[in-house]
Amino acid sequence: MNTSFTDLLQFIFMGLQRGSIYALAAMGFNMIYNATGIINFAQGEFVVLGGLMMVTLTMTVQLSIPFAFLLTVLFVTVIGVLMERLTINPVKDPDVLRLIIITIAVSILLKGAAMCIWGKESHYMRHFSGDTPIDILGATVLPQTLWIIGILIVVVVAFVLFFNCTMTGKCMRACAINRDAARLAGISDRNMVMLSFALSAGIGAVAGIIVTPVIQMDYGRGVLIALKGFGAAVIGGLGNSIGAVVAGLLFGLVEAIGAGYISSHYMDAIALTLLLAVLFVRPSGIFGSSEASRLKDF
Amino acid sequence: MKKRALFWAGLMILMFSVSTLWAKDREYRVGCAFAITGKASWLGEPQRNTVEMLEKEINAAGGINGHRLKLFIEDTQGNNTRAVNAIKKLVKKHRVSVIIGPSRSGTSMAAIPVVTKAKVPMLSCAAAESITQPWEKRRWIFKMGQNDSDAARKICDHMTAHGIREIGILTGTTGFGAAGRTQLKKIAKEYGITIVADETYSPGDTDMTAQLISIRNAGAKAVVNWSIVPAQSIVPQNLRQLKIGIPLYQSSGFANIKYAQAAGVAAEGTIFPAGRIMAVDFIPDTHPQKAILKKYKTGYESVYKDHVSTFGGHAYDALLLVIEAMKKVGDDPAKIRDFLETTEFTGVDGIFRFSEKDHCGLDKTAFEMLTVKDGKFVVYRK
Repeated sequence: MNTSFTDLLQFIFMGLQRGSIYALAAMGFNMIYNATGIINFAQGEFVVLGGLMMVTLTMTVQLSIPFAFLLTVLFVTVIGVLMERLTINPVKDPDVLRLIIITIAVSILLKGAAMCIWGKESHYMRHFSGDTPIDILGATVLPQTLWIIGILIVVVVAFVLFFNCTMTGKCMRACAINRDAARLAGISDRNMVMLSFALSAGIGAVAGIIVTPVIQMDYGRGVLIALKGFGAAVIGGLGNSIGAVVAGLLFGLVEAIGAGYISSHYMDAIALTLLLAVLFVRPSGIFGSSEASRLKDF
Repeated sequence: MKKRALFWAGLMILMFSVSTLWAKDREYRVGCAFAITGKASWLGEPQRNTVEMLEKEINAAGGINGHRLKLFIEDTQGNNTRAVNAIKKLVKKHRVSVIIGPSRSGTSMAAIPVVTKAKVPMLSCAAAESITQPWEKRRWIFKMGQNDSDAARKICDHMTAHGIREIGILTGTTGFGAAGRTQLKKIAKEYGITIVADETYSPGDTDMTAQLISIRNAGAKAVVNWSIVPAQSIVPQNLRQLKIGIPLYQSSGFANIKYAQAAGVAAEGTIFPAGRIMAVDFIPDTHPQKAILKKYKTGYESVYKDHVSTFGGHAYDALLLVIEAMKKVGDDPAKIRDFLETTEFTGVDGIFRFSEKDHCGLDKTAFEMLTVKDGKFVVYRK
């Protein structure tokens, strides 16, 4: 097999794996952004909580992976709902800046709690289906990478169906497009905000769960994941979920291919240069519409 | 009039006797600054545990020449500003005679001007060589951690013995990784080993396959990874995934069994230099360090129910040295400094031979080459 081809394939798999996590984080950002117009800085903490909870349930409590998966998603979703009910919902005069600062506070709180409960060291868990690499056209791929990509696809399809084919999904979209009009039509916007927190926490948990076997998890990991996810959300056009997925994968691919062919010293620089370049050319992101972004507060 | 004179005389005598009594009972004060919380807590936590354990031991046995040992422990959070503040507090407020720590190379470097100005000896628990070099400017600084250059030397020794001439290096962009990269480049040149690929990754990075492919394509016969957690568990897994069948060397930072467990089967066969504390059971009884190694390991593990680490060992040696000095010369900082500079001491980290020009006192013999076998650290034997 031609080495340069297998190398490229290897980089692509690596990029897709990284990108899937960014994509999921970016989707989480978008969900809450659409419902409230704010960036939820606790998004990375949802990923961390998902990963750590999964480690406890599978490695300490010894539950089976599918059962632990559901339980973890449920747990983090409840955290997301609590966050909204206890910190976002009671705010009398919800302006964007105030809400963003609240999410920063919650992120610090969750990080501290995770540190107290799980300690400071990195946690690891077993892979979903073994860690014997699989040969694909000469490139070697961990089964977990296939799980990550597969679950990303499932999540994306589920969300497309949810937002286009269910009443609740359509209500959420209505709120995102025009909150006042949606309220006039009888949609409870406060409930939609809560739902958006629930969904975004759930997505965060899924990201944490699938990635932990490969990258391990510790309480402080959220910041970096959130940063890259936010970058992807911006490139894709804030609020655009398909844009987020494409941009997340692109982000991952650019990093991996850049590290492989240019130099690993500049991996982060390459990704951030891409972010800047996109913002210079299209401030609203690749898929964002400039009209929509002008209407948003943030 | 007479009465009043008598009263004053009486008072003087009383005050004098009280003050001498107080002086006799005066405690010996030692300051400790460790990264107990924060990113480098895996360094600071065992260090704090170790010194607290020793403090109890010493005071239970009657203190140092009848003086109680009193530790003042500050948390630097591994942060330079906080470290400098902590050291200032120890020196000015608590008036300690000597400082143990900080835990990291960066915080140790930041503390150097403060202790030098205050003329208080500092026993750093970090590894970078620049902490004690150039020696003219490091009069008050001593260091417990083995030199990173000696770790690199030990690795190069091993590679030379196994006929490896071309290597790829992979380092994290942390202070520890960057220092390792500099040393590896320098030492490899001394040994005539060619670095065919020089790759780096950022601390939070989680997938090094791209870097490893570059190393493989450059024709390296071995990989050296120099970083801290969690990358050192991920690199072996990536190597296994890519089926690159070349030996993996890691830095002395790998010396924690948890990292090997995290990497699972992929960690098998990883070769790394480490202090002897990591392989106490494999050290022959005739070895001069055996007794102290065993004492520290059993003591620590029975008190804290946790594995001992090299890093706690640095604090152990530092406090034992300070106690030794205080036994001989009391608690005057300048006298302690002078004593330390001429002392020879068998500790957990190795056999220290301090001199005016060498405030580390250890060489590459302080390291043992270890490898992972069946999930355990064993001494490498070929």
